[in-house]
Amino acid sequence: MPPKSIKIKQSLQRYWRHNIRITIALLFVWAIVGLGCGILFADFLNEFKVSGYPLGFWFAQQGAIIFFVLIILIYAVLLNSLDDRHSREIQDLTERDPEV
Amino acid sequence: MSVREWTFLFVALSFGLYLLIAWYSRVRDTKGFYVAGRGVPAAANGMATAADWMSAASFISMAGLISFMGYSGAIYLLGWTGGYVLLALLLAPYLRKFGHFTVPDFIGDRYDSNLARLVGVVAALFVSFTYVAGQMRGVGVVFSRFLEVDISIGVMIGMVIVFIYATLGGMKGITWTQVAQYWVLITAFLIPAIAISIRLTGQPLPQFGLGAPLLEGGYLLEKLDLIHADLGFSSYTSPFQGSWDKANVFLVTLALMAGTAGLPHVIVRFYTVRNVRAARWSAFWALFFISLLYLTAPASAAFARYYMIDSVQNKTLEELPEWFNNWEKTGLIMWLDDGDGRVRYSAREDNEIFSYKAGAVAVKGTPVTLDQIRLSQKEWIDSNGARGQDWRPDMRKAKLSGPDRDIIVLATPEMAELASWIIALVAAGGLAAALSTASGLLLVISSAVAHDLYARIINPEASEKKRLMVGRSVIGVAVIIAGFFGIFPPGFVSQVVAFAFGLAAASFFPAIVLGIFSKRVGTVPAIAGMLTGLGFTSFYIIASVYWGMEPWTFGVLVHGVNPQGIGALGMVANFLVTFVLTPFFPKPSAEVKNLIDSVRKPEITSVLG
Repeated sequence: MPPKSIKIKQSLQRYWRHNIRITIALLFVWAIVGLGCGILFADFLNEFKVSGYPLGFWFAQQGAIIFFVLIILIYAVLLNSLDDRHSREIQDLTERDPEV
Repeated sequence: MSVREWTFLFVALSFGLYLLIAWYSRVRDTKGFYVAGRGVPAAANGMATAADWMSAASFISMAGLISFMGYSGAIYLLGWTGGYVLLALLLAPYLRKFGHFTVPDFIGDRYDSNLARLVGVVAALFVSFTYVAGQMRGVGVVFSRFLEVDISIGVMIGMVIVFIYATLGGMKGITWTQVAQYWVLITAFLIPAIAISIRLTGQPLPQFGLGAPLLEGGYLLEKLDLIHADLGFSSYTSPFQGSWDKANVFLVTLALMAGTAGLPHVIVRFYTVRNVRAARWSAFWALFFISLLYLTAPASAAFARYYMIDSVQNKTLEELPEWFNNWEKTGLIMWLDDGDGRVRYSAREDNEIFSYKAGAVAVKGTPVTLDQIRLSQKEWIDSNGARGQDWRPDMRKAKLSGPDRDIIVLATPEMAELASWIIALVAAGGLAAALSTASGLLLVISSAVAHDLYARIINPEASEKKRLMVGRSVIGVAVIIAGFFGIFPPGFVSQVVAFAFGLAAASFFPAIVLGIFSKRVGTVPAIAGMLTGLGFTSFYIIASVYWGMEPWTFGVLVHGVNPQGIGALGMVANFLVTFVLTPFFPKPSAEVKNLIDSVRKPEITSVLG
């Protein structure tokens, strides 16, 4: 069985990898919605209409901003629970072996 | 009560409230002064960040810009909100974990160099001073338009108020005042927007109203497109018109996004919350509160655009609405008739709607006043062209065609025929927006000089009491300098504010992101990257704005790169230089590695630890 210090290190590494994965996934959504739908595909999307809104125009002046707020909300929820999980894990490890 | 009396009442009440809050949140130590004792709850910090962020320009000018730019107005909407995603995901929680007072602090410690710290201080000072001068001017403009007070006196009143609450309460006083200022400014922005939305579309939510049919039939946006085509303006909803091609919209938006994330007065707000989890929530609340204004501004823009054209086009002098006559006095909108007695507003040569700017039109070197133009135009009409002058060609040449953009927000309450107390509320809102941003920036200036320069570089042994005194004095001096710029604005201020974003994008943003996410990037490559980004961006801006350099097309773009968007390329240059140099320079020291490790650890929850 590996010593506790290595387990803690592994937990920290897993935490960081998980964090990076969440961050990259959300930044991907950010880029698709904001820079993609709002700008790069705006002329194409404008051919579709949702009630009185041309879709590209809607993304550029309304939709992207709503998505941005949601992205940060999801990030805060996911990362704070990840923090909880790993800090509890590390807490448990150190408490069982206070010398580490 | 008249509009003027209501305005006096609201301004006096709101200023009294700010001073009262300042008195209750006065501080005694540097921790309270720079980071509000790290005791600000997440939602309150979000609100303060939103007020800090939304400046006089966001409040007064943005909706106007959108209403004249149509789709392309999205550069501001996307840029100034999308930046918060970068800030929330890449910077805020880590910088809070790092837990110092300022941005140059992080740069200096992470890259283990006082030179890096100094570059940070200079960039922070430059960005903040250019920005704050515009705010002070905004205070003066609101005073002069609504209260008919001289601009200089308006600026001075603003200076005194900011001086009192910023020196007394530092970050703590500023934070709680900003919370109050948020409510004043958002109420002042939303009420007229909702009222005009109901009036035009019957929808109480402006966001739905924008996509809804008008009460008189036909979708608002479709009708606006038709009117625009009719009058020779470019389409309201179609993207990429004129010089705003896809490449430029993309680059400018990206530069504003990265710049937003790199602006020191926004970043420091995240140092004031209790812990990392609060920093994440606070970023969410900040964008949530900001989005209330940013989702409403495009609606106000389209409503006011439609309403403005509809209520003046083809009208005779007797038929013109009251708001038109009120604002014609200020010169923000003026009608120079061709003699047929009917208003014609168009993008063509027959346009009769202009705005007046002092000194923009001159005869033989002598500036012509608003009244002189009006009298001379009237004489020209009355005498059938024998005397006087038709000023329209001159005004067109001076690029004064169409009304002033600020009128969109300033006159909306009157267009919607709202009660005079709501019109007065808009004045208080504009002042709240300007004052809250100005105070946040002044604190950055104070911390850059008193903390980074004085306490960390010049006199590291200074006592707590002395540091606090230096911090307070610097704010005092900075208020006076900012006020001076507000009274005697250097002509470049309005351009420079937009460029502050480019510079922040090209210097701070890459340096901080790499500082957190790379353990390999060392001192020399980072400083070289920052200097490259700063140098490249400022060269392009200065050369194209002042030396008349042709914008670069790189052989592929149809229109050259807009100077506002060059920060995006400066940022890429910064990243590239840093990456290329990194393998040739030593790795960061063990101490710095420990610092990075500590920033990347999950926070031990307070319940357990």
